[in-house]
Parts: sequence; C-alpha cells; structure tokens
Amino acid sequence: MNIDFTLIQPYIPYLLRGTFVTLQIAAIAAIGGSTFGLLFGFTSRRKDVLGLIVRAIVDFFRGTPLVFQLMFFHIGLPQITGWAPTFMTSAGIVFTLNSACYLSEILRAGIESIDKGQTEAAIALGVRKLDIAIHIIIPQAIRNVLPAIMNEFITLIKETSVVSMIGATDLMRRQSIISGTTFRYFEPLLLVGITYYVLVKVLSIVGKRIERKLRYD
Amino acid sequence: MIKLENVKKDFKGTTVLQNVNVTFENGKTYAIIGSSGAGKSTLLRCINFLEKPTEGKIWHDELELTKNQDKLPLVREKCGMVFQSFNLFAHLRAIDNVSFALKKVKKMNDEEAKAVAIDQLTKVGLADRLNNYPHQLSGGEKQRVAIARALAMNPQVMLFDEPTSALDPEMTQEVLKVMKNLNHTGMTIIIVTHEINFAKEVADEIIYMDKSEIIEQTDTKAFFTQPKSNRAKEFLANMI
Repeated sequence: MNIDFTLIQPYIPYLLRGTFVTLQIAAIAAIGGSTFGLLFGFTSRRKDVLGLIVRAIVDFFRGTPLVFQLMFFHIGLPQITGWAPTFMTSAGIVFTLNSACYLSEILRAGIESIDKGQTEAAIALGVRKLDIAIHIIIPQAIRNVLPAIMNEFITLIKETSVVSMIGATDLMRRQSIISGTTFRYFEPLLLVGITYYVLVKVLSIVGKRIERKLRYD
Repeated sequence: MIKLENVKKDFKGTTVLQNVNVTFENGKTYAIIGSSGAGKSTLLRCINFLEKPTEGKIWHDELELTKNQDKLPLVREKCGMVFQSFNLFAHLRAIDNVSFALKKVKKMNDEEAKAVAIDQLTKVGLADRLNNYPHQLSGGEKQRVAIARALAMNPQVMLFDEPTSALDPEMTQEVLKVMKNLNHTGMTIIIVTHEINFAKEVADEIIYMDKSEIIEQTDTKAFFTQPKSNRAKEFLANMI
C-alpha cells in the first residue's frame, strides 16, 4: 500500500476551489434549464413554427453527446463565427440548453398528468391562461415529477465534469493538474470522488425535503 | 338572456350538435334532459364557450360571442359552472379553491377573498371543511365546494353539467338540496341532468334533446303530462 496524502496536501485547497466552478456551472444550468425547460415543455406540443423549432432543439440536444455539444460550441463554431466565448459562457449556454431539453420532457409529462378538468374549471371562472399555468398547472406538475427533476439535477452536477475538456478548471481538471505535478493519482482522485459524492448527497437530501414540503396528502 | 342561434358543433367530422335554437330567459331554471350522447353537455359548454361552436351565434344579452371573443373572460365571470367530475384544484384547500378566482379575477385581496370563501362554504354546509384538501373530501362535499367556488363569483347564470352523475344516491341528495336553494333566487340556472325527478321539481322549462338536436322545449308540467314529440314520449316511458 502506498497512499500518502502529505504530498498533495498543499494542493487540497486549490482542488476544492474547483467545486465552485462545478457548482457555478451546475447552478446556471439548473436555473436556466428549468426556465427554458418549462417554456419548452409548454410549447413543444404546439402545431406552429415555434413548436417545430422547440422540437428540433430538443431532438438535437438529446440526439448528440454532451461532450460533442460542448466541443462543437466552444471550439467548432468559433471557426465559423469568429466569436470565441469564454469557457463559462460556452458551458453556461450548452448546459442550460441540454438540461432544458431533458427537463422539458419531464415537465411536459408533469403538465400532461394534470387533469384537463382543472384547467376547464379555471377557464370557466374567467382566470387568465398565464394565471392557470403559474398557479394551477405548474405547482402540481412539478410536484408530480419532482423525483425525476432531482435526478436530472444530480446528473447535471456529475456531467459538469466534462467542462475540463474545454479547459475549465473544475474539480476534474484540477485533479489532473495536481496529478501532473505530484505524480500522485489515487489521492486527488479519491478527494474528487468524495467531493462529487457529498455534493450529490446534499442535493438529494434537499430534494427529499422539498418533496415532503410540497406534499398535500 | 342567453340565445343560441343555429348552433352546430362538429368534432373531427362527427356532428354532435345541430340546428340548436334556444333562448334562456333571466331568472328561470332550465333542465336539459335526454339520453347519453344526445349533445346535452356540448350545448351547455357552448354557452360559456368551453366549446367553440362550428357554426351559429351565441348571444349573452346584447353581446354576440363568436364576434367578440375578447369579451369571453367577462362572460365566463358571470357564468358559474359546475362539472360532473368536480374539477377542484387538487393542490388547494377548500377555502383556497373558492378564493383563488376571487383574487385572480375579481382582484380581491387575501382577506376579502377568504371572507367570501368562508361565507360561501358555510352556505353549502362545509364550514367545518375549510382547510381540507379535495382528496380528503367525499364526492358530495367536493361537489359542494365546486358549487361554492362558482357562486363566490356572484354569477348571473349557473351552468350545471351532470353535477350528480358521479355521486351515490345519498351524496346526490345533499348536492341537490344545495342546488334547490338556488332556485328562483334571480339567477338563470341551466342544468344538464339525468335526475328526472329533480328536473321535474325545480325546472321551469324542460329542453329535451336526442341525436344532437333539441326535440322540444316545453313548460315542465306540460312536458311530463303531454310531451309533444313521440321521441320524448318514448324517453319518458323508458324512465318509469
């Protein structure tokens, strides 16, 4: 056995600061993804051009790997557009749209799980469409699919690790930098693994709490 | 006054309503009866435009709806509607089910809306159920919450779409009792129902429908003693 944390000890704060990069991307994608996910969820069934565009976006992001999307956006597109976004911009946009596409399908299932009768009752009372969506449909839809949404957020945290491919110094990237300097692999990797695990654990506990809070039966 | 003029409704090529000409006068109670699939519910749902008629005109007093769809929210606000399947908002307590539209449509503040909701729920005998969620209520209680929710908006017209069809006989009675209290209080009441005896008791006029059409519209007493059409005669004969 040859485990020695003393060698990497000076690098541990540097490693852990990568958590902020990871969390930052995950938070942007979670918030942006939920917002666009809801919009996509409400529009993807429409029979007009808007519905078609949304369905095409969802189709693209679900049909290709995330790594490809990220590389394509960050390294591929600039060759054509001449615009070189920062890795945070690229990661923010790609992760947002990627989770929006998965969340939209989850949320659509949630929206469709609400009996149409409730919408009719609200319409008959003269309530505006937007109020029906915000106060009647969305709260119930989210509650019905909350476990699936939490799943998507957990996946998101873990998948942010691919941003190291475009040079972002997230947890994974910092591990390889440290390993390159110290020639130690096991210890930094172990720390990275534990960090991801703790992040996901905290998130799933929060998810359980929210689930309990939203329960009305 | 509500008037339907030559109303026709198609669903994907099937005609479910045709040649509908009917006038509902203010303050009167109407019962729409007929066998299942006759178009009764569709007719009712055309009145507040939950179903858009394929052809024809619908008048609410001087307002012609098909040409003034921007006025729909106003019309719906004054038409209360009660459904067969209650359609309560599942995530809201009884009191919030009633106060929701008061806040969103009537723009009442929280306190005013709650006060009206408590008042209406008390009137339908649910003062002790204010904070229950729909799934904690019996069918009859749910339907009474739904009635309170519609009445809270202070409507001029009440539309009942088979309000007791999903209830057992005992619960049916408690709902019918509430409905009876509304009779001749100034509201126009239009009820689609299979409860023939109830129709006989409360309605001023009977509208009998069969195969997507209105077969006859007659004074209640006359309908049950001397129906004009043969089809209504048969229908009544089968009822007994």
